[in-house]
Amino acid sequence: MSVVALKPGYTGEIKDRVENFHGKQLLYIGWEDHLMYCAPLCIPVPADLPFGALTAQIIPALYPAHPDTAKIDWSRVEWFRSGRPFTPDPARSLADNGLGHKAALRFRTPGLNGIEGSCS
Amino acid sequence: MSDAVFIAFQANDETRSIVEAIGADNPQASIVHYPAMVKIDAPGRLVVRRESIENLIGRAFDLRELQVNLISLSGNIDESDDEFVLHWNQS
Amino acid sequence: MNMPAAPAKPPRKLGIKENYALLTRGLGWETSYEPMDKVFPQDRFEGIKIHDWDKWEDPFRLTMDAYWKYQGEKERKLYAIIDAFQQNNGQFNVSDARYVNTLKLFLTGVSPLEYAAHRGFAMAGRNFRGTSARIACQMQSIDELRHAQTQAHTISHYNKFFNGLHDYPHMHDRVWYLSVPKSYFEDAMTAGPFEFVTAISFSFEYVLTNLLFMPFMSGAAFNGDMATVTFGFSAQSDESRHMTLGLEVVKFILEQDPDNIPIVQRWLDKWFWRGYRLLTLVAMMMDYMLPKRVMSWAEAWEMYFEKNGGALFHDLSRYGIRMPKYHEVASKEKDRLSHEAWGTFYNYTQAAAFHTWIPADSEMQWLSQKYPKTFDRLYRPRLEFWREQQAQGKRFYNNTLPMLCQTCQVPMFFTEPDDPTKICYRESDYRDNKFHFCSDGCKDIFDHEPEKYVQAWLPVHQIYQGNCFLPDANPAAPDFDPLAEVLRYYHMQVGHDGHEYLDSPDRRNWEQWTGKPGVAA
Repeated sequence: MSVVALKPGYTGEIKDRVENFHGKQLLYIGWEDHLMYCAPLCIPVPADLPFGALTAQIIPALYPAHPDTAKIDWSRVEWFRSGRPFTPDPARSLADNGLGHKAALRFRTPGLNGIEGSCS
Repeated sequence: MSDAVFIAFQANDETRSIVEAIGADNPQASIVHYPAMVKIDAPGRLVVRRESIENLIGRAFDLRELQVNLISLSGNIDESDDEFVLHWNQS
Repeated sequence: MNMPAAPAKPPRKLGIKENYALLTRGLGWETSYEPMDKVFPQDRFEGIKIHDWDKWEDPFRLTMDAYWKYQGEKERKLYAIIDAFQQNNGQFNVSDARYVNTLKLFLTGVSPLEYAAHRGFAMAGRNFRGTSARIACQMQSIDELRHAQTQAHTISHYNKFFNGLHDYPHMHDRVWYLSVPKSYFEDAMTAGPFEFVTAISFSFEYVLTNLLFMPFMSGAAFNGDMATVTFGFSAQSDESRHMTLGLEVVKFILEQDPDNIPIVQRWLDKWFWRGYRLLTLVAMMMDYMLPKRVMSWAEAWEMYFEKNGGALFHDLSRYGIRMPKYHEVASKEKDRLSHEAWGTFYNYTQAAAFHTWIPADSEMQWLSQKYPKTFDRLYRPRLEFWREQQAQGKRFYNNTLPMLCQTCQVPMFFTEPDDPTKICYRESDYRDNKFHFCSDGCKDIFDHEPEKYVQAWLPVHQIYQGNCFLPDANPAAPDFDPLAEVLRYYHMQVGHDGHEYLDSPDRRNWEQWTGKPGVAA
C-alpha cells in the first residue's frame, strides 16, 4: 500500500520530474565539515556538464564567503555519491559519472575543518 | 514516584484564589510562578474543589469558569459539579 | 392573563452530566432515506473500527449555552486589553524591536494554521457519524476561527509600525520557509478524519502545543508585549479543552477495537515527528529571537516533552502504545536545534519577511551557559566570524538555494543524531526518481505513503521550475534578477522586510521613535 486513500488505485503526480526543469536537472552539493553554509545547496545544471566544470568554476562560486574556499586542493578532495565514496572522471559528464536528476554529491576537503576547526 | 499531572492558569486577580484553594486541597502540589502564568504540578493526582474556591471568593462558582483563565493542563480529567480532577491511570 | 395562586417550583436544574448527555445523545439519528455509510463515506477507509460511538466522551462536558457564555467572556477580556494596549502605544514598550520578529514569524507561520484548523475541524466534524464527536469538532472549529481573528486583530496594530506583517496569507501560500507549516497542516487535512484528529488534537495540541504557547507567551509577557500574551493565553484556554479532547479521542479509538492500535501508533509516530520538525521554528524563537529569555529550548523540551509527555505515554502504555518513534533523536537534537535553525535563517534572511542578527555578547554568554556541550565548541566560532565580517561591511548571505527535505520541507540543515558536525542525509528511490530526507523520521513517513509525498510543492524546486515569478517577469531578459523576482512574487520589499536587523528601517524607526537602543542592554 503506497498511500491510504478514499479511492482504490489513487496515484500522485511527481511534482519534480526532470522534464519540468527546462532541459536541466537538479544537483545537490554538500561540503562536509563546513556548516557555515547551513545546508547542502541545490542548483540546476545540464546533464552533459563535464564534472570538471564543478571544481573549476561552479563549486568555488557557491561558497565565496568561506575562508577555506580558496584553500581547497581539488586533487585531494574525497567525493561521495548518495553517501558512498566514488572517484569522478572530470572529463566526462555528470550523467556519465552516475549523477542523475536530484543526485546528492558531497565532498570532503581533508585538512580543512571550517572556522577554527568547528566544522562551520 | 508517580508521574506528575499539571494545570496552569493566567496569573491574575481571579486565579489568585483558585490557586490558593488548589494549594490548600493538594498539599503535595508544587506551585511555580512564571511571567504572567502560574503552573501547578502534582504527583499522580490533583483536585480542584468548587467549595474551597467559593469559601475564598465568597460567591457561587461554576467549575467551568476555570476555562476562562486556564492555559494548559496534563492528565485525564474527571469533572463533576463539585470537583475537577486530573489524574494518570497507572499505579 | 391568569396568574397561578402560588409560584410554581422552578424546574430542577440539570447537572452538567445530564445536560451534556441530552445534547450529545439526544440529537443524533440513524438515517433511513440513505444508508449511514453513504451519508458518512469517509470514516471507514482509514481502517479504524468503531463499534459504539456513544463511548466518546468530552470530559469537560461543555454544552452550547456554557460554550457561548465563557467564550464571550474571554473575548470581552481580550479586546479590552488590546484596546488599552493600542491606546497606550504598547508596541513601544516591548524589550526592543528585535522582539517584533517573533510576531512576524507567528503571524505568517502560525495564524494561518489556526484558520486551517478551523477548516479541518469543520470537515472532520462533517465526516464523523457520532454526535458527540461532531459537536466537539464544531466547537473546536469555531475556536480556531476565533484564534485566527484575534491574532490578526492584535498583530495588525504592529503592522502600523513595523515591516514584514503586511501580507501574511499571501506569504503563507508562497514563501519558502512557510511551506513548512503549510504543508504540515495540509498533510493532516488531506488525511482521513481519524488521522486528522489524532494528528492535530492529540499529537500537536496535547503533546507539542505547550512548547509553543507556554514558553512563547510567557516570553511575550517578559518582553513587555501584553497584547500578544493576552491573545496567546486566550487561545490557550481553548487549547487546553482541545488537548483534553485529543487525549479522549485517542483513548476512545484505542478502546474500540484492538485492530486500531497499530494504526494509531503509526499516526503517533508520524505526527510526533512532523510536529517536532515544525517546532524547530519555536526553538529558534526561544533561544535567539526573544531579547529577554524565559527558558531555553532544551529546558522547555525537557519539561514539556520528556517529563510531561513521558507521563502521558506512560499512561497510554496500558493500551499497548509506546513512546513515539525517534523521540530519542529529538532529545539528542535539543542542544543544537535552535543554533542550526538560526544559522539557516541568518544565511537566507535576505529572502525572509523577518530580520536576523548576531546575538549580543551577553546573549552569547546565556547561550553558552544553557548549552555548555555545544555552543562554544560548534556555534560561537561561526557567529563571531559572521560578526567580524559584518563589521568589515561584508554581512554574510548565502545566495544559493538550499536542498530541502521532501517530507518536512525544511532545508537539510539537521545533523546526524550522533554527530552534530555531519549533515544527516537519507534518500529513497521511487518510480525512477530520487527523494531526499533530513532524518529517518521523515524518510519513514515518505516510504509509507510515497504517492502522497511525491506531490510535495517544494519551494526551491518550484523556483527552478519557473513557477515563482509574477506573470510580467521575463526570465529571458538579459538583466533578469531571479532573487528580486521571487521576492516580488512573495510581496516582500527589498530593504524593508527581511535581511540584517542592524541595517533595517525597523531598527532605525525604533531608535527614532522611542529614544531607546535597537538592541536592549
